[in-house]
Amino acid sequence: MKLVDKDISEQRAQYFKSMNYMDYLVPIMSVLAGLIVGAIFMLIIGADPIEAYKVLWNSSFGSMRGFGEMVVNAIPLIFTGLAVAFGFRIGLFNIGGDGQFLVSYIAAAYIGYIIQLPMYIHLPFALLAGILAAGIWGGFAGYLKATLGVHEVITTIMMNYIALYLVGYLANGPLKADGPLPATPKIYETARLPRFVPTMRIHYGIFLALGAAVLIYWLLFKTTFGYEIRATGQNADAAEFGGINVARNMMLAMFISGALAGLAGTSQALGMEYRAYQPFGFIGYGFTGIAVALVGKSHPLGVVLAALLFGVLNRGAMMMQSMVGVPKEVVEIIQAIIIIFVASEYIFKYLYRKWQERKGGLVNAD
Amino acid sequence: MTANNDLAVEMKNITKRFPGVLANDKVDFELKKGEIHALLGENGAGKTTLMNCLYGFLEADEGEIFINGKKVNVTDPNVAIDHGIGMVHQHFMLVPPFTVTENIVLGMEPTKNNMIDYKAARKEVEKISKKYGLHVDPDAKVADITVGMQQRVEILKALYRGADILILDEPTAVLTPQEVEELVKIMESLTDEGKSIIFITHKLKEVKSIADRVTVIRSGKWIDTIDTNSATTNELANMMVGREVILEVNKEKAKPGEVVLEVEDLYAKDNRGIMALNGASFTVKRGEILGIAGVDGNGQTELTEVLSGLRKKESGTIRFKGREIKSPQTKRLFEEGISHVPEDRQKRGLVMDFTLAENLILGRHDRKPYAKGLNLNNKKIKEEARRLIKEFDVRTPSENVEAKSLSGGNQQKLIIAREFDREPDLLIASQPTRGIDVGAIEYIHNKLIEQRDNNKAILLLSLELDEILALSDRVAVIYEGEIVDILDVEEATEEKLGLMMAGAESEEVEGGDEVGR
Repeated sequence: MKLVDKDISEQRAQYFKSMNYMDYLVPIMSVLAGLIVGAIFMLIIGADPIEAYKVLWNSSFGSMRGFGEMVVNAIPLIFTGLAVAFGFRIGLFNIGGDGQFLVSYIAAAYIGYIIQLPMYIHLPFALLAGILAAGIWGGFAGYLKATLGVHEVITTIMMNYIALYLVGYLANGPLKADGPLPATPKIYETARLPRFVPTMRIHYGIFLALGAAVLIYWLLFKTTFGYEIRATGQNADAAEFGGINVARNMMLAMFISGALAGLAGTSQALGMEYRAYQPFGFIGYGFTGIAVALVGKSHPLGVVLAALLFGVLNRGAMMMQSMVGVPKEVVEIIQAIIIIFVASEYIFKYLYRKWQERKGGLVNAD
Repeated sequence: MTANNDLAVEMKNITKRFPGVLANDKVDFELKKGEIHALLGENGAGKTTLMNCLYGFLEADEGEIFINGKKVNVTDPNVAIDHGIGMVHQHFMLVPPFTVTENIVLGMEPTKNNMIDYKAARKEVEKISKKYGLHVDPDAKVADITVGMQQRVEILKALYRGADILILDEPTAVLTPQEVEELVKIMESLTDEGKSIIFITHKLKEVKSIADRVTVIRSGKWIDTIDTNSATTNELANMMVGREVILEVNKEKAKPGEVVLEVEDLYAKDNRGIMALNGASFTVKRGEILGIAGVDGNGQTELTEVLSGLRKKESGTIRFKGREIKSPQTKRLFEEGISHVPEDRQKRGLVMDFTLAENLILGRHDRKPYAKGLNLNNKKIKEEARRLIKEFDVRTPSENVEAKSLSGGNQQKLIIAREFDREPDLLIASQPTRGIDVGAIEYIHNKLIEQRDNNKAILLLSLELDEILALSDRVAVIYEGEIVDILDVEEATEEKLGLMMAGAESEEVEGGDEVGR
């Protein structure tokens, strides 16, 4: 064995590369850990975990209808997951997904019922209204961050409540339809996201969601703008040194993040409910989006997979309760375990490093 | 073999393997009681690995360790501490909001009625600090004291734990020349009190001036252990690098051209809002290197930040290529032709989680040939990266590994590659060789001279006076944000500069002619 420079550099690179594999490994192991812990809980309450997981699987993959409902569950989570993931990439934490969801929900519904246009104009127009409303809602937090240094966690949380009461007031006030329902009028057919089959709720919003994921992937990894976003997120000092306009990019990124979360609200209004109801609280898609982004490691493909996973779990929760008597809280436990494990990735990495060292792995020599 | 009782530490035949790498190959090391022993080697030579084996961070695969004549199996740092070994790391392990006393006693606090007895702790700290001449303010917060002071706190921490054998890992890397001198005094008083010191370094001058004996390690192998008096600096350098090293930089006399950068009466504040630049004025011409000498914290950081658009100036004018730049913006300055090697390569210079290829385009990522419309031209980016890696001798398996996997010297070469490749008119180099090995230093020095000879203007800021003297054509001394004087390098002696760096007026320094102002 000969010690040369080349060897050391290759060893080091190898080591860091193997640490990167952990990025893929951790979410997968976390899901397994969640399922195992869920099974233990089921055994404790006397249920059969194998039977329960069969139901869980079949509820989403056993029938077309089940599959469609699972996708319907996943659509908003893809959007809010992408929103949080995109924020993470530039080092911002967008907790305002729920507020952005609501403003775009009502903006899209408003355009949906207030005018009548041919579909090829009406639908894009309604979508655009939803995107702009939520983009501005998120972008404002970015503006405050960039100009005054106000932390985005504070502003986005506060703006969630502003959105909640603003949308509540609008839906049950100036924009309320005649009749007892605390909601806007129904939107015209021309503004609706079409359904694949009239009898099933799954709608074209899934194309929007997958399209958004592809777009975000392209933006982040193929464009100069994405390069700037990632550089700023990894090391804002170096980005600034490289002539990158950090403040402008933060505003833009929060606009995009808000718009993504907004698309969840828009597709809810245009694809599911065909009107905007007065909200009585947050549905929580924004918060679940944080979990989805974490499990998906802030990568668009990971986010889509994580959103589908959460869709399966949410859908399966109902069926497990009614068919094998496993309370739906068990699914919440599984979700929580997955999130905890992913979030404590550091522990995995630490154990992995220890294990490498024990078998004589590479330690930083200088 | 029997152990020798005059030895504080004896390490025999230490071998430590990592897969594919022999970090230590049958290394012998001995530390006599009461001596200062330098452990000399380049980055990655295995000196830290050896000391980690002694301190118990790592376990040697083969070999024996004797401490004070007794064979010890150092399985973890607690064993080492029990045997009177203390280690001061290069990166301090202190709690900034805690006081000096709290930091020193942390984990071994004297107690009274189950409460921390701060008074007793303070008294003990004062006692040790007086005994060894390590002056500290026991009640000051660590966050508020200088780096030199923090290092003393680290040493006191080891002494408080009863250390008789101290390992100092690159202790001078973070210190100003003055602080180094104080550290040397402290080390001498420690050995007078019977302590033994191992001192890890790659700086040859320090070996000569501080240590009694030196052990040289190269590529994991023991090369020699000698009295420092018996070898010249050049001989030590050859032992360390394994080939002839030219410590002197060979350069011809500069042929300065027109003025490229003109700074006049520049004022700027530091992060705390205190004026850090107080009317600095100087010029840099094409084809010359202007060195700025000064003690750390006299406005060098603020000066480079203003010149790269990262900090606002309060007043003063900056003229670049004859045109005034009213409000410098980073991006525009790049485009105008100013490149900058930042003083902190990990903070400002590189995105550690980006690949080498990605790092090499930072600052010109949105321009041809790296960008094609909105898109990055990944093929071209990788092609150019491979070219630069080869041209600038960055040691890496490929352009696709992350910057954090490179050694310090190679990270620095990466930045140099990026900044030089812009073909700038003015190159600002801040601490271009801080904390890197001799081979890389030699390389970077030659590159700087090469740029100068290519008719570029170079502004060099360094805390290493040797570096300033070796490279510069003219030397400006900065003190409290003002350029005290600018000398031709032939007139600038270390002594003269030292006095001016401490604030003496140029007239007070004998023979200090005013040049170039």
